[in-house]
Amino acid sequence: MSLLEFFYWLEYSPLLIEMRSSPWLFPVIATIHLFGLVTIGGSVLIVNLHLLGFGLSHQPTVQLARNAERLLLVGILIMLVTGLLLFLCFATKYYYLAPFWIKLTSLVIVLIFTFTTHRRVVMDNDRTGLASKSVAFTSMLLWIIVALGGRLIGFP
Amino acid sequence: MSFLSFLERLAETSGSVALHESRYMYLIVLTVHVLTLCVFIGMSLIVDLRLLGATMRNVPVSEMITRLSPWIITGFVVMVVSGSLMFYAAPVDKYENLFFRAKMGLLILAGINIWLFFKRLSRSISEWDLDPVPPIKIRLAGGAGIALWAAIIAAGRMIPYQQYWFD
Repeated sequence: MSLLEFFYWLEYSPLLIEMRSSPWLFPVIATIHLFGLVTIGGSVLIVNLHLLGFGLSHQPTVQLARNAERLLLVGILIMLVTGLLLFLCFATKYYYLAPFWIKLTSLVIVLIFTFTTHRRVVMDNDRTGLASKSVAFTSMLLWIIVALGGRLIGFP
Repeated sequence: MSFLSFLERLAETSGSVALHESRYMYLIVLTVHVLTLCVFIGMSLIVDLRLLGATMRNVPVSEMITRLSPWIITGFVVMVVSGSLMFYAAPVDKYENLFFRAKMGLLILAGINIWLFFKRLSRSISEWDLDPVPPIKIRLAGGAGIALWAAIIAAGRMIPYQQYWFD
């Protein structure tokens, strides 16, 4: 079974047919997806602004990062569950959309980056170094690409 | 001149027509509006969660407010400018949209919540500034804030779906 056939099978499963026949379920899930966006956005910003010397810059890095990481995980969980449901509604349409694949690729990259390089620098408790500034920039840039990809998927 | 006829005249101005019929401009404004959610509501969410005692318990509330307010206010300004442009692109449609009206009403409630916080509750801030979990009144303000932001996001997201819900 090719990837496209797999998407077709998912999209036309009884559950998804049921979901699409409801006119309000899609926007409700999309709304919860936005709750995930602000949770991720807030936690990513608070840490990266700190690394760049803004916002809660006087706080110890590790403690701040631990708090933010918990929020980030909640946000990621909301995003993945609702994102998967949104994707399943129109899986074969997304198969042909470049922004969908850009988003998915950059999402994988940013998740790996966040929980390896970014995490290591942050937990090193050195916010003034060039390393922390560059991971802060990279992290925000990657998340913006993910978010823009998501926005483009919804464009007419 | 009634408000509606004012909006009808607004809709006929060249700027409104241009924005309404633009291929990309409206979508760019919409994208800015949605992504700025991360700054405006994302940061407000963290402050509200701190008021609830749910995160950053070791950070003084006053420090959260003074250090994050500039970002929240900047985010709010971007939200208002981009939101106003989208209203300007279709003033009559937006004015007649029930989700849009609900969103404006909820925004006023959120404003009152913030105003009450600074007018009444923040006076005693020195007593609970360092509390990991602030007193119940403060937690209520934080909880109300989160509920209102969530409802505002939901109402905004539903604006294009009025026809499915009501028409």
